[in-house]
Amino acid sequence: MEIQISDRLAKKFRRNLIERGIEFLLLLAAMSAVFTTIAIVCILLYESYTFFEHVSLRDFLTDTQWTPLFADAHYGIMPLVSGTVTTAAIALAFAIPVGTIGAIYLSEFASHRVRETVKPILELLEGVPTIVFGYFALLLVTPLLQKLIPGLPTFNMLGPGIVIGIMVIPYIASVSEDAMRAVPMSMREGSYAMGATRFQTAIRVVTPAAISGIIAAYILAISRAVGETMVVAIAAGQQPNLTFNPMDSAATITAYIVQVAMGDLPHGSIGYQSIFAAGLVLMLMTLFFNLLGHFTRKKFREAY
Amino acid sequence: MVTVTTPLKAESRDLNFIYNGGHRALKGINMPLYEKKITALIGPSGCGKSTFLRCFNRMHDLYPGNKYEGQIVMHPDNTNVLGAGVDPIEVRMRISMVFQKPNPFPKSIYENVAYGLRVRGERNKRIIDDKVEEALKGAAIWDEVKDRLHDLAFNLSGGQQQRLCIARALATDPEIMLFDEPTSALDPIATANIEELMTELRDRLTILVVTHNMQQAARISDYTAYMYLGEMMEYGDTDRIFTNPTRKETEDYITGKFG
Repeated sequence: MEIQISDRLAKKFRRNLIERGIEFLLLLAAMSAVFTTIAIVCILLYESYTFFEHVSLRDFLTDTQWTPLFADAHYGIMPLVSGTVTTAAIALAFAIPVGTIGAIYLSEFASHRVRETVKPILELLEGVPTIVFGYFALLLVTPLLQKLIPGLPTFNMLGPGIVIGIMVIPYIASVSEDAMRAVPMSMREGSYAMGATRFQTAIRVVTPAAISGIIAAYILAISRAVGETMVVAIAAGQQPNLTFNPMDSAATITAYIVQVAMGDLPHGSIGYQSIFAAGLVLMLMTLFFNLLGHFTRKKFREAY
Repeated sequence: MVTVTTPLKAESRDLNFIYNGGHRALKGINMPLYEKKITALIGPSGCGKSTFLRCFNRMHDLYPGNKYEGQIVMHPDNTNVLGAGVDPIEVRMRISMVFQKPNPFPKSIYENVAYGLRVRGERNKRIIDDKVEEALKGAAIWDEVKDRLHDLAFNLSGGQQQRLCIARALATDPEIMLFDEPTSALDPIATANIEELMTELRDRLTILVVTHNMQQAARISDYTAYMYLGEMMEYGDTDRIFTNPTRKETEDYITGKFG
């Protein structure tokens, strides 16, 4: 589309040049994240290709064993996927209700002073190194669970799952709380003016108004839980098992990658290449959850 | 005008209001509110007219540290709205409010209107359906929305959203309806619609309206109160206030000498 500009403005050549330059710099900054992502995907695809030259995709998806270290090596990704899905599911089953209720409390019920005390503590919790949480799971949570559930092995998925849940609560609570606080006061006033209570206002007006942000918080939490490495590497046992039972020990995709990257397999072997295939699966899982979140968010918006 | 026989719906008695931080925004306000009449509050920005309006449904309770002194008494039951033992939620069930900017909820058109009934615990779908239809008709928006009751309310135009907010406030059969500059965010045609609607609503309930627009006050209201710096300067029949104000300040404001 041609835009008509007066001669007087068009002659400001220098200004246009600077504008263009700035625009280009901004574009570059915005593109850097996109390029990095594309580069990662390319490397994963390229390295996985070597892997899939030796292992058929069918075996990769249907074999029920993952034993790259054994003489009789099997490369079935499902045991790692089941470990990943189970620990993440335990974490989210714990973190989503607690985090959401916490966010509602902080945003709609807590006094200014309570909020200003609790939020920094939550954000501090986000900064605790995950390896600390790993030992927390292994040395505190699992022994406690063993008292409740006799026969629970030292390495299991329940303990790390709960601990990952604790880890992601601050994300859910803090991002959801931001979304709720961003709901304009006029909307709350509208609800109160109709004779609604605080609780009714929080549940029926503020939460639906903030639902996009809340779902964004959940997606962030899912990605964190699926991608969490140290907690499961330490406390879940590093035993690839095709099981969804929280009592069993298991390995997740990330735990496996860390195990291999730490040097259990020679560089360049098929076993080594397998971490790229595993990484690709992890990335596809995260992508799937992001897309799922995107569409749920759309659907939620239409439902009102 | 036969003001003598018009019954009182509410009145404020020596009302003072102090904001958190100590600012005394209202100073000894006395004003009657006649039943099924429109009373307009006019005055320059910051004179306290919105503050006064928001005392009626205790909106100031939402923010900590605010303080009321004096009374707002509702008739015929003589309830002091500001009384210590009075639940603000009970008050808001009887006095509804329409805001300056349309503020529909992130729900469907239907659910917006049903909101007040739902928070009152109404579950019967037939009753809610009937009330929603009646309220939307009462707010002169039924014909525009009857085929898309389950669309998101945000998809309506500004004027339609404001009429929806009026329908929402109507659905619970309030005795008094408060309007806080209801047309200041609307274009002239939407404004005319809302004004017409308000004069129709006068048959059903008592209206208190804050307006910046003096022509609007003159067009729609039966009584007008002029406020300045937290005080009630003059109150009377709209016709008299606009043709023959007793105070110099009122005349100056109405004729546009200041404000």
